Formats: sequence, C-alpha cells, structure tokens
Amino acid sequence: MPHDQPTKLTALLRVDGPVARCDGNWTLHGIEGLARGWAAQRSVAAQVRAIDGSAIHALDTAGALLLLQLESAAGGRVDWEGFAPEDAALVELVRERRAAAGEPPPPTPPEGALARLGRLALERFEEMTGFLAFLGEAAMAMLRLLANPRRLRGRALLKGIEEAGANAMPIVGLLTFLIGVVTAYQGGQLLKTYGANIFIVDMVALTMVREMAPLIVAIIVAGRTGSAYTAQIGTMQVTEEIDALRTIGIQPMELLVLPKVVALLVALPLLTLFADVLSVMGGMLVARTLLDIGFVDFVERIPAVLSWRSLLVGVGKAPIFAVIIALVGCYQGFQVRGGADSVGRQTTVSVVQSIFLVIIVDAILVINFGSWGLR
Amino acid sequence: MSGVPVVEVRGVAPRFGSLVLHEALDLEIETGEVVALVGGSGSGKTTLLREIIMLHRPSAGAIHLFGEDVVGIGEAAAQRLRRRFGVLFQMGALFSSLSVLENVIVPLREHTDLPPRQLAEIAALKMALAGLPANAADKLPRQLSGGMIKRASMARALALDPELLFLDEPTAGLDPISAGALDELVLQLRESLGLTVVMVTHDLDSLWRTTDRVAFLGERRVVGFAPMGELVRDPHPLIRDYFDSPRARAAASAYRKT
Repeated sequence: MPHDQPTKLTALLRVDGPVARCDGNWTLHGIEGLARGWAAQRSVAAQVRAIDGSAIHALDTAGALLLLQLESAAGGRVDWEGFAPEDAALVELVRERRAAAGEPPPPTPPEGALARLGRLALERFEEMTGFLAFLGEAAMAMLRLLANPRRLRGRALLKGIEEAGANAMPIVGLLTFLIGVVTAYQGGQLLKTYGANIFIVDMVALTMVREMAPLIVAIIVAGRTGSAYTAQIGTMQVTEEIDALRTIGIQPMELLVLPKVVALLVALPLLTLFADVLSVMGGMLVARTLLDIGFVDFVERIPAVLSWRSLLVGVGKAPIFAVIIALVGCYQGFQVRGGADSVGRQTTVSVVQSIFLVIIVDAILVINFGSWGLR
Repeated sequence: MSGVPVVEVRGVAPRFGSLVLHEALDLEIETGEVVALVGGSGSGKTTLLREIIMLHRPSAGAIHLFGEDVVGIGEAAAQRLRRRFGVLFQMGALFSSLSVLENVIVPLREHTDLPPRQLAEIAALKMALAGLPANAADKLPRQLSGGMIKRASMARALALDPELLFLDEPTAGLDPISAGALDELVLQLRESLGLTVVMVTHDLDSLWRTTDRVAFLGERRVVGFAPMGELVRDPHPLIRDYFDSPRARAAASAYRKT
C-alpha cells in the first residue's frame, strides 16, 4: 500500500537467526538508511531463511524491491511470513514485472583507440562531403534564383537584412571602436618613442580597414546570426516543419537558405564599412589624447595612406565571409537529428566551424593578395 | 486520509489576457478514483490540469492537493507535494539527452538520498512496472517508438511511488494495441498500488474502460461529473453532442454489452 502519511518512520531490519524481521516504513524514503548500509548487511543476509513482514507499517514498490533483493542475497529460497495480503500482492507484482522485463543487456565494450580514430575520421569525411553537396545544392538554387529573381521572397529578405545587419550595428560599432582604441594605444606608445606620431594614421587605417574590421565583423556575425540560423532550422527539423515544407512542394533551400545567404551578402559588407568608420574613429580619439594629432590632421592624412584598393580588399572579403557564415549555419541546422540536445550541439559546431573557416579563408586570401599584386 | 479529497478545485478562473476559460469551476476527486477530464477542444482541460500540478496559477479560486492549498503555497511545501504526484506529459517530455534509465533516475536522485546502485535498481523496476523491456534502459528517447515513449514517461512519473498520477492524453497518437495496453497498465497500477489517477483524454475506449467518473468541461465550468454510463444519458446539449457521434455510440454499445 502507498504510505498513508509521510511519517518519519524508517525501515528497520533485524536479523534474528534465520528470521529477518522487518519493521517500519518500507517506502522510498523509509529505506534510504537501510539501502546505504546494504553492503554491510549482505553477509548477514546469507543465513536468512524467512522474512517476517508482520511489523511493516507501509510498503511501496521501492521497499518491495529491497525485500526481493534481501531474498536473493539469502540465496533465493525464503519463507514469507506475516505479510498483509496487499503487501504480499505488491511483492508478487514487483517480482512478476521484474521477471517479465528480462535481464538488462550486457554493457557494450569500450571503443578501442584505433576504432575511435577510424570512426572520427569517417565522421569528418562524411561531414565534409555532406557540406560540399550542400554547397553545390545551394549554388544550383542560387543559379535558378538568378534566372528568375522574382522567386526571392522579398519580405523575408528585408527582414533578414534588418535582423542580421541593422540590429547588429550597436554591438559591432561598440566593439570595433574599442578595438580601434586598443590598437592605436598599443602602437602609439611605440611610435611616440621614435617621434613618428603621425604614422599612427597609417597603422590604424590600414590594420583596421584591410584586416581587423572585416574579421571582427565576421566573427561577431557568426556568433550572433550564424548560431540563430542553426537553431532556427534545427528546431524546424525537430518539429518536422522541414519535412512539411518538402511535402507541400517548397524547397527548404529556396525558402530558408537563399534569403539568409542574400541577406548576409548585403548586410556584411555594409557592417564592415560601418566598422571601418567606427574603428578609425577609435584610433582618432587615441591619436588626439595621447599623440597630439588633431582630428583634422588625422583625416587629411587618410587619403594618402589608404588607397581605394585597400578599402576594396577589406570590404571585398565580407561577401566571402557572408557566404561561409550563412551556409555553415544553415547546413548545421539541417544536420540536427533528434531533439533539444542536438540543436544545442549543432549550434556550437556551427559557430566554431564558421569562425574557423573565416579565419582560414582570411589567411589564404591575405597571402594570395600579395601574389595578385593587391598589396 | 479518508474524507479529504485528493484533489479539490473550487471556483477556479484562469485567464489568458482577456479570455476567461473557466468561471467558478468546481471539482472533487477522491482517493483511489480514476477520473477523466473531457470536453471540446479549447474547453481548458489541459489548462486545468496544469493549474492542479502547479505549473500555472489560477487568477481566482482555490485548488487543494491532499488537502493543501496550492495557490499560495511556499516553495518548500510545493516541493513536498511534488514528491507525491507524478505527471505523464502529452508528448512524453523525456529529457532528450538522457537515456531512458537516466530519465527515470532524475526524480529519484532529486528527492531521495539512495546509493547510485539502488537508484538504478529502482529505476529498472519502474521501467518493468511500466511494461518496458530491460534492454530499453540504454536507449535515447529519439530511438523509441511512440508507445515506448509513453511507457518511459510513465516509468518516470511512477519513479517516486506517487499516490496521485496525472496523465495528459496518455493514449493520443498510439495504435489501438498500445493504447489498450496503456489502459490496462493504468488499471493494473490502480489495482496494485492504489493510485488515484486524473487524466485528460479524448479516447472513448479509455473513458469506458478505465474511468470511475468523468468530468465534462464546457461553458467555462464542469457541466457533468458522473460515471460514463450516467454521463452519456445526461441531457445537457454539449454532453449530448459530444457522445452522440457514430464513434461514441459504437464505443458505448461495445462496453454496455460487457
């Protein structure tokens, strides 16, 4: 029977020669003490030939389980004495159900190091081919879209640009401004010792516009927007919305992926320009307070050090990063299998991979720009 | 505990914005009863259930569980009450990152101070009680069929040996065989463990087979609360419409014969 009142009576077991006398509340909470001391009781239990339940105050399934464990510790053959009919019935029910469930399967042996290496390599390879297939599919969809641009969903696109671009401006502005400040401050100390204060303009403008601004913006957007893409598509995958789209005849690629790619293609270069301005302003502030270079002097020198080509090299990286972030984010969303934990895992993978790829691609581009004469 | 109803609802009126779902809804459920809440879609069955299990606070009225008022209850008292009832959610609500066995262990570990081995033993027993084979223990929820998910969720609901079990559409989405087995399970558990069961269901077979009384929700209150055999003869238009479909009549005649 279930406990009448959650009284504080605990389960007691007294082994009296061959008879084990049970007393008190043999319930989930009553047996806590007894179950903790179980190992010590085991040797004593071996000599038990009968279990006396006449003093049991309340019994539930957890208590019945403990009684059956006592029975098997005693070697399996004991007499059950003095149990109330409903308690005896409960013990029988538990015994019957445990028997019906069968033995738990043996634990699988742990994976060997070589097997693990092979499995990981195979998984990476499959992920890579999967992403390449996805890239190809996206490119085909993009070509179809270019042939028939009216198929692009305009409202979704504008909403995407607002979300990924306009709404990211405060955080992008603040962070790149601060990075401009830090860079100018670090470099300025050094330049000051050589009396080469004015070269702060060269340093800040070139580092920021060519390299730092595109990279920082891409990393922020990967964390902010790429993760959102994965979570959105992943959740739709879990709730079978993606399958519903397919059966209705809407390509998920067209509805979910392309607007995101195009939105980032628009938003990321604009954000990068915005970051260029803010980061140089950060540098200007330091130049005036630390190096006595006025705003006017600073701005007048910019055209001399910053060519149009440099600006385009910086901003030109943004569309490439945009495609990486959008495609990795969407691809990882489609990789979600199962439930909530998978959404979380793929979102993490999405952010890590897109930042990783952005930095790798940036390094490749910087090295090649040199050989292409885009210094 | 005889005399005090396990669940007592008095004048409850939840509100979503300006939408009032119930006004002055009363309900009393006795120890050992199997009671179903039925009513048309949107009649607030699930909302009422959520209010009783302290997930949603009613904006007016009182709800008593085991004689204790749950509307203004403190956290410690609420925690004590939560040990005494189990809930089977409609979609199972199994924790997707944990195996079935670990899912059943979660409430046990939270509320008891037992050694890990014994926790696993008890959890395995609950799985057996819910009719799951032992080899399901290490499976993840996404590897289970619909019927297995309900059973695993039932095992978790039974983890703390509750006196009261809440089932939200236990047979929805199950094939007739699994649904019948689940009905059987509810009856067995009530028989052997003396559980009180409160369920929300649309399943006419379950209503006839498992329930002692059925509360019909409509017009923002309980319009009828009686055993199925009496409820289907209730002249109230809402109840008549509900039980006057060909399916309902077929189920009724099938169970009247037996």
